[in-house]
Amino acid sequence: MLTSAINLILAGTNLSRLIEGLGVTIEISFLSIFFGTILGGFLGLLWSNVTGVERGFFRTYLEIFRIVPTIPLLFLFYYTFPRDLNFNLPATVVSVLVFSLWFGAEFSDIVRAAVQSVAKGQKESAYAIGLTTWQSYRYVLLPQSLVNILPAYINLSTRIIKTTSILLLISVTEVITVGQQIIEANSSNRAVPLVVYGLIALFYFSINGTLTWLSKKIERKVVANDR
Amino acid sequence: MSWIYIQQAIPAFINGFFLTLKLATIGIIGALLLGIVVAFWLYYQVIGHHVLRLYIAVSRNTPLLIQLFFIYYGLPGIGLKIPAEQTAILGLIFLGGSYMADAFLGGLEAVPKIQVESGQVVGLSTWQLARYVIFPQGILYSLPAIGANIIFLIKETSIFTVIAIPEITNTALDLIGQNYRSNEYLLMMVVSYAIILIPLSLGLSWFERRLRRVNFSN
Repeated sequence: MLTSAINLILAGTNLSRLIEGLGVTIEISFLSIFFGTILGGFLGLLWSNVTGVERGFFRTYLEIFRIVPTIPLLFLFYYTFPRDLNFNLPATVVSVLVFSLWFGAEFSDIVRAAVQSVAKGQKESAYAIGLTTWQSYRYVLLPQSLVNILPAYINLSTRIIKTTSILLLISVTEVITVGQQIIEANSSNRAVPLVVYGLIALFYFSINGTLTWLSKKIERKVVANDR
Repeated sequence: MSWIYIQQAIPAFINGFFLTLKLATIGIIGALLLGIVVAFWLYYQVIGHHVLRLYIAVSRNTPLLIQLFFIYYGLPGIGLKIPAEQTAILGLIFLGGSYMADAFLGGLEAVPKIQVESGQVVGLSTWQLARYVIFPQGILYSLPAIGANIIFLIKETSIFTVIAIPEITNTALDLIGQNYRSNEYLLMMVVSYAIILIPLSLGLSWFERRLRRVNFSN
């Protein structure tokens, strides 16, 4: 049963369709990470430099995206807003939009924490030797916080990639949706779901495992540098 | 937004709310227990810890949704049928176990070496050392991470909807499909989660602040 199921998946276009679906998963993840990085980086830098009411604004944005689970966010942007505000967006664009906003929120907090964690003396020294705010960020604060940002940044990216799995709920044809189609077409063989979902798990594992390994490597390097 | 829809949906959401709470509680307790065992296993590098490293890697790097699909739709292919609710709990333990293990392990490793060495010098056995020195201190260091994991795992329970468990998210999506109204039900869904998450998040940060006053040695 299992062998025939494996042969079934390897036969015809099944494997290439799965890989195509994986391409959609990767594309949405990549675009969300790209836009989220710009948004979060920008907001995080602003955030690291403000107090009072303005800080409350950033905090609120972050907490909303932390408290509300991703599924209602997705539905809000896919069903509610388009209908109430009278516009229409394809599911893939909605996905990128929601994930970018989410990534941006989480990333801005990472950037803020990293910039603020650079020793205070560094910032003051930068001002003391006459650097402007821009220069102090560009030459002093950012280079030092970057090494602290990278592991958390990669970790956040793996989270986004994992969360794309719920896109099957708004009928984006990503890898799991394709998997379901293949299972449906081969419903006579009961071992097919095991093989298909096992294979998809392996896809996710290879991508995220590589990223995690990379972040651990960077982390070790950072610790070594600090000594 | 219409009040009547909200009113009619309240009983369904109450059921969903308690089901979410039940599954999350069992799953999180299971994950904590699994996490402690795995963390100590890795801490002492007992035989077989490479297998546990692989478990952590698989669990952390694959989505819960695929883990659930694999258990619920995949395993019957080799004759292992597990009902939906048990699948959900099993999935949450499988996912949460690795996150909790990492949190505990971080705490155990943060216990200063001098504490362990002092314990050995006064003649504590390995078990006594673990029980009276390493565990009580390690758990305090790991609490912030454990708190973050608990909130993360509660939010992950919304994925249970894909195997048709009538928890909060499933209740909302079902009602949206039936009545073609999304505003009311999405709002109720967010409120339901907020009722669990906001007090929990406030409670955890209060707890953390109190813990920071605890100081051993130095």
